[in-house]
Amino acid sequence: MYGNAYIENDGNKVNSILADEDPIKLAEFEARIAAGDKIEPKDWMPKEYRKQLVRMIEQHAHSEIIGSLPEGTWITRAPGFRRKLALMAKVQDEVGHAQLLYSAAETLGKSREDMTNDLINGKSKYSNVFNYPAPTWADSAVIAWLIDAGAIVNQLANSKGSYGPYCRALDRICAEESFHLKYGHDNVVFLATGTPVQRAMVQEALNRWWEPIMHFFGPPDKASQHSEILMRWKVKMGSNDSMRQTFLNMYVPKIWDLGLTLPDTELRKNEETGQWEYTEPNWETFKQVINGNGPCNKERLAVRRMAEENGRWVRKALMNKDAVYATPLA
Amino acid sequence: MIVKSLDPRIERAALDDESKIGELNVHEHFETYEVFQQVKRGTHHQHVGNVHAPNAEMAMLFAKEQYCRRGAAVNLWVVATSNVFVTEYVDADIFETTEDKLYRDPNSYKVMDRINAYKARTSKV
Repeated sequence: MYGNAYIENDGNKVNSILADEDPIKLAEFEARIAAGDKIEPKDWMPKEYRKQLVRMIEQHAHSEIIGSLPEGTWITRAPGFRRKLALMAKVQDEVGHAQLLYSAAETLGKSREDMTNDLINGKSKYSNVFNYPAPTWADSAVIAWLIDAGAIVNQLANSKGSYGPYCRALDRICAEESFHLKYGHDNVVFLATGTPVQRAMVQEALNRWWEPIMHFFGPPDKASQHSEILMRWKVKMGSNDSMRQTFLNMYVPKIWDLGLTLPDTELRKNEETGQWEYTEPNWETFKQVINGNGPCNKERLAVRRMAEENGRWVRKALMNKDAVYATPLA
Repeated sequence: MIVKSLDPRIERAALDDESKIGELNVHEHFETYEVFQQVKRGTHHQHVGNVHAPNAEMAMLFAKEQYCRRGAAVNLWVVATSNVFVTEYVDADIFETTEDKLYRDPNSYKVMDRINAYKARTSKV
């Protein structure tokens, strides 16, 4: 589960991004991508390409790990044995996705230990939505349906990107996400077609999650040469706004179809432009949450830290002194 | 401060939200193994990804969990990444076929021309 990449420019001018790159190699690299070919780990690549991909894949991996926490909370309290098993399977999938993604990021030269350290010390980001609590079972249903739906929109787009290992990981991930989506939809439909109390519960969860979901795809992109380059290199596969539009177009009708409402009176599809109109979510809140001030940031990292701390002796005990570390091949 | 959580298990763990743990050192982790999966008897094993594991047995266990969770396999291989010899993409030209190796190409054999010529020649007699 992951939203769109939070690509930051670091204030670098486009000229300085490409300044010390070999123009011949750069031209070959760009021609390969333009021809629809994939870039593989040991290929030559511009420094900025490597940097942004590491950042993006790493954020994605962290999001899978942290994203399983608010859902994992509900395993012991999921109503009924089948739902407990299904939720456990989903959480296991998410953790598996993180493994695939960490490996893809490792092929670019950042070690798994550095990624773990950077998550735990707060240096690396992960998707903002996971800093919100899931107070009721309906919240976990809304997460499984709509957050995973948003993630699929994003991941399908990114699976057409240019970096081979990331694309291959995303293909596997997307196949598994389809179960999550069905499972989440099933849970939401069950509540929405149930008793008045169940309907009220899912409506309240939807109201709570609407702003985080709108935040999920990231702030409107500022047109810049920097993002133009990342689009040309097929690192960024669509603007945040276009991903948001795709999501709204696919899921708002399904939500309304259940007789549920969304807490935005401006939300409607403009039939002339084919675009959805909506109230911009509060991007200041988004910034606050991503910088560590959301309702659950501290809890999420504390839990991740506990897992790392409690698991460390097991790994140490198993460690093979003669092991030869090699970067994953592909 | 102690973390306040909606999750009773986390509540019971009484986690300190400011606690610190030592950082991992680089390669203070397991080595990597490449994973090859056979989906069906009679088909080739195919590379599907890798796992981090302390030994081959654990690598097999992780590979099964990671790549065969949906039952799509009849056989699995794992091999330490450090034991795999690979070519470099920059050397991809070693795989190119050259013009002078056309004798390897079935389409370079034109027997019908010769047969037809022979038939034409002998039927005249």
